[in-house]
Amino acid sequence: MAYSEKVIDHYNNPRNVGTLDKAKSNVGTGLVGAPECGDVMRLQIEVDQNNVITDAKFKTFGCGSAIASSSLATEWLKGKSIDQALEIDNMDIVEELALPPVKIHCSVLAEDAIKSAINDYRVKNGMDPIELPKSHH
Amino acid sequence: MIQLPIYLDNNATTPMDPRVLEAMLPYFNEKFGNAASRNHPFGWAAEEGVDYAREQIAKLINCSEKEIIFTSGATESNNLAIKGVFEMYAAKGNHIITATTEHKAVLDTCAHLEKLGATITYLEVKADGLIDLNELSNAITDKTILVSIMYGNNEIGVIQPMKEISAITRSKGVLLHTDATQTVGKIPVDVEADGIDLLSFTAHKMYGPKGVGALYVRRKNPRVKVTAQMDGGGHERGMRSGTLNVPGIVGFGKACEIAMQDMEKDTIRLSAMRNRLEKSLIELEEAYINGNTDHRLPHVTNISFKYVEGEGLMMAMKDLAVSSGSACTSASLEPSYVLKSLGLNDDLAHSSIRFGLGRFTTDEEIDYAIECTKKAVTKLRDMSPLWEMFKDGIDLDAVEWAEH
Repeated sequence: MAYSEKVIDHYNNPRNVGTLDKAKSNVGTGLVGAPECGDVMRLQIEVDQNNVITDAKFKTFGCGSAIASSSLATEWLKGKSIDQALEIDNMDIVEELALPPVKIHCSVLAEDAIKSAINDYRVKNGMDPIELPKSHH
Repeated sequence: MIQLPIYLDNNATTPMDPRVLEAMLPYFNEKFGNAASRNHPFGWAAEEGVDYAREQIAKLINCSEKEIIFTSGATESNNLAIKGVFEMYAAKGNHIITATTEHKAVLDTCAHLEKLGATITYLEVKADGLIDLNELSNAITDKTILVSIMYGNNEIGVIQPMKEISAITRSKGVLLHTDATQTVGKIPVDVEADGIDLLSFTAHKMYGPKGVGALYVRRKNPRVKVTAQMDGGGHERGMRSGTLNVPGIVGFGKACEIAMQDMEKDTIRLSAMRNRLEKSLIELEEAYINGNTDHRLPHVTNISFKYVEGEGLMMAMKDLAVSSGSACTSASLEPSYVLKSLGLNDDLAHSSIRFGLGRFTTDEEIDYAIECTKKAVTKLRDMSPLWEMFKDGIDLDAVEWAEH
């Protein structure tokens, strides 16, 4: 299976690989997937007092598409407000990276990771978690 | 200068040896006849080519040339052996014993026969990939007609103890078939000494052409017969109809002759390279060899690099043509059933890479492969949340994963 140029670019030059201090109250961490499924994503956001995401980092165990999906997600998250970030849809990622059907689950996982990181941040800061859609698969 | 990418997937297929190609070429145009045409020189020339090849092939596995049935490849040979025995020996019984680590050409054939009334026992393997001989012995009943156990495994290279297996099948009067696709031409295979009744093999795994294989069918002690699965002109002693693939067969013969000449030399060279590759790679932390390393084909190694995913890893090793037990590209997302049969957790199965060396692999290529793999594993681990958690001393098995 051939990867798109954008997947290869993100894979070769992943943006924002790293770790934020999850103990900080303005850092939200999402850890989704499972090792036995072959993909695990950890996505973290750092949020300022205006609810704007100032930094985002990821680490991913998975195939090239999973790595590219999470790399792209961190790129998109920076500078967005929490509410704007919630609007990121997995199909946007599919389109941007030209993921083939067998790789759509990678984008779903990235969307889950975003929402899970936001919820972690919300709960830490006394807000109710938003309701997550039922797992897509 | 080495040429990239480097081919290290010789268990999938091998490049053709130039000597094989040379032997085949006249049979495409000059000697194009149908080997079954008995009444003119075109047919005789083709038949002569086939007869000679049959001898070359028979010699390699120590059988009579009359015991070689040509097929389109090992998948067909496995089908013919198992379905053919099932039909031919229906009066005797309907029970077949095989193992969970067999190739799909065996497993799916058995599953097909189950629908037609066969009872199949799938032997589990031990953690090193070998079957348990006691279990085999205990599984045989008075309804058992066939035991089908692979000689050398395609994914991990583990070699089953054929002599011990045949001692059991012989003593119980049950036929023994082996899928020796990965084995013939790589290590000495002797159907007499090994006590094999039916043996499947193919040319393209031993530097011959694709599209031609054979089934060895024992003619005496005992005389074995299989019901044809292809109806037609009654070629191959009635067991496999269809005009013979003369150029392919000639190439197959040549490949066998070369394998016989070069086997010792190739084995020494390949196992030294394989061992060097393996030794260097398991210097990496949390890298594990899959399968028994004492009973193994000389040219293959299967290694799991924990905390990195195989397909992602292969992408970082794009200059190496290897394969992975990760089935991330398949719709099922199921990792290798062979590795899982060894008791590996899914995460280790997902993290595996198979390196298959071949006659044309060079030391320089192995040097490059070592460097490339080490770099890729390190790069992926730097990106892996699991690696970070492992390094932080977190027990990953205790984590409650958000299954998806």
